[in-house]
Amino acid sequence: MNNRTETLIPKIGVITDVRIDTPDIKTFRVVTPDGVKPFIHRPGQCAMLSVPGVGEAMFSITSSPTNEEYMEFSIKKCGCVTDWLHQAEPGQQITIRGPYGKPFPVDDEFASKNLLFIAGGVGLAPLRSVINYCRHYRDRYGRIDIVYGSRSKDDLLDYREIIEEWSKDENVHVHLTIDREQEGWDGHVGFVPNYVKELGFDTDKTVILCGPPIMIKFTLDGLYALGFDKTQIYTTLEMRMKCGIGKCGRCNVGSRYICKDGPVFRFDELDELPDEY
Amino acid sequence: MRKCSLESIDRVFAAINADASLYLPVDGDDGKAVYTKWEDGVKWSGALNTVRSPKSFFFPQMEDLVQFRTEGKTIEVIDPRKESEDFVVFGVRACDAKSFEVLDRVFLVDPVDSYYASRREHGVIVTVACTRPVETCFCKTFGIDPAEPAGDVSVWKTDSELFWQSNTEKGEKLLEKLADLTEECTDEAVAAQKEKINSVMSRLPLADLKADAFGAGKTMKFFDAPEWDELSESCIACGTCTYVCPTCQCYDIKDFNTGNGVIRFRCWDSCMYSEFTKMSAGQPRLTQKERFRQRFMHKLVYYPEKNGGLFSCVGCGRCLSRCPISMNIVKVMKTIGGKADE
Repeated sequence: MNNRTETLIPKIGVITDVRIDTPDIKTFRVVTPDGVKPFIHRPGQCAMLSVPGVGEAMFSITSSPTNEEYMEFSIKKCGCVTDWLHQAEPGQQITIRGPYGKPFPVDDEFASKNLLFIAGGVGLAPLRSVINYCRHYRDRYGRIDIVYGSRSKDDLLDYREIIEEWSKDENVHVHLTIDREQEGWDGHVGFVPNYVKELGFDTDKTVILCGPPIMIKFTLDGLYALGFDKTQIYTTLEMRMKCGIGKCGRCNVGSRYICKDGPVFRFDELDELPDEY
Repeated sequence: MRKCSLESIDRVFAAINADASLYLPVDGDDGKAVYTKWEDGVKWSGALNTVRSPKSFFFPQMEDLVQFRTEGKTIEVIDPRKESEDFVVFGVRACDAKSFEVLDRVFLVDPVDSYYASRREHGVIVTVACTRPVETCFCKTFGIDPAEPAGDVSVWKTDSELFWQSNTEKGEKLLEKLADLTEECTDEAVAAQKEKINSVMSRLPLADLKADAFGAGKTMKFFDAPEWDELSESCIACGTCTYVCPTCQCYDIKDFNTGNGVIRFRCWDSCMYSEFTKMSAGQPRLTQKERFRQRFMHKLVYYPEKNGGLFSCVGCGRCLSRCPISMNIVKVMKTIGGKADE
């Protein structure tokens, strides 16, 4: 079958840099053996990474499409493939295929809107791609607010980029919080849902929300209390996936395949699906 | 339409087999029909109700996707696929033929699964109108006519003759090859045979089963039905229903370390298994009830919703006769669907 392209057959990716972000999250920079970006993607799309003999898993692409040199993945150590990746060193080859899934509507629904990003823990990984895309095309969007929280200061992903780049941008407002008081932290302390309520945002915003299920649940309650509507709030879902192309059946919820019809959904779209994600 | 005598069938099979591997149902020692590769001396079982469906000719239970050779930090990716060879599957029932339409709408939609597509291109399906529908049959529930099977070629069998009709270009080519062994004929005998089949079907116990209660837009109506508890209670999650099902298409992808490299293969999987949706981060279907519900909701609601109302069940009845606890889609339809009428 020489003349066929097959999406289940991956390309080779080379890890060129490993950044330690938190005690359990590392960010991996990946290029092809020729040193270029593996493929073009849109903000919110994912890729299948694999370690032959260990397994393959789906990860959100955390770098922005506007980065033309390489791709980045922020990966939490929590299973076979991620354990293996966490001990990988620069120069290590892995396999990569994608891009998969429906991206965030950055050029349609998001255009000219005020954007409110809300993330918890490693939930910032898929949003970083969107945030940096919107920062790159800054004049296409209104005010940008970013609420980001984690267990502790040490668990904040992309902390350096947030402080040195995002916080310094004009009309980008970063609101960081950690769960408990910590020495050397003079910022906000408290859970993300409460912080969102305290900040009391106007409803003239489109919300992009990602984090642990419990955080999403309480943040949604808070947003509704502030007067936000489901049609203004987007999220990205996580399910077990094997093929990434809507065929293996694993991520099927209702009539949707999360890998292909998602992972990005608006909350009113989720109302039509059974609560199995 | 063309015909041949039943006595000449082995010569016909030899002619088909001359340039494409031929597979057909053959009775095993236990009297159950199993698809077998034809060779001289292999006798076609008149039976069409094979233990396994013919889906494995196109979507094998296990197949290699890709191979890797690793050395130090480097990886070599090897495409293990060879050009598919032509083959013919003879003796496919109308219900099983319909299952390919269900599978096509999964594997042939963008992005196309080229492993499946290649076999579909190289495979010729010869259906045979049902001769012996049994009490577990309910294809008519899903609008399938057992007397009018689809496929590249449709065949009707009477006591002494076989009648052949081509439906596609591939089918036309096959019949051309059999021109010397068959003769042009009218379809009178076939019409009589069709009537006979339908008369048998209408007397079967599931003849009146209806699927009208199900289909697109019924998720919320059935998802929280309390009956799922009782229906799923005795399910032992063996997955037999999935493996004998002609339309179940879920699969797993796994790596096998050969000692000399890695083979990444796919194999059939079942939504009835607890591992199916288990992630490091959690498990969206915690109990067997949720996994059981997924299988039936997918066949009766989710799949039709995505595919213009087409059900992902063809009424072949295999799961009715194979389930070790006698639970099946008919019981689910009667219990859940019956409730909707109230």
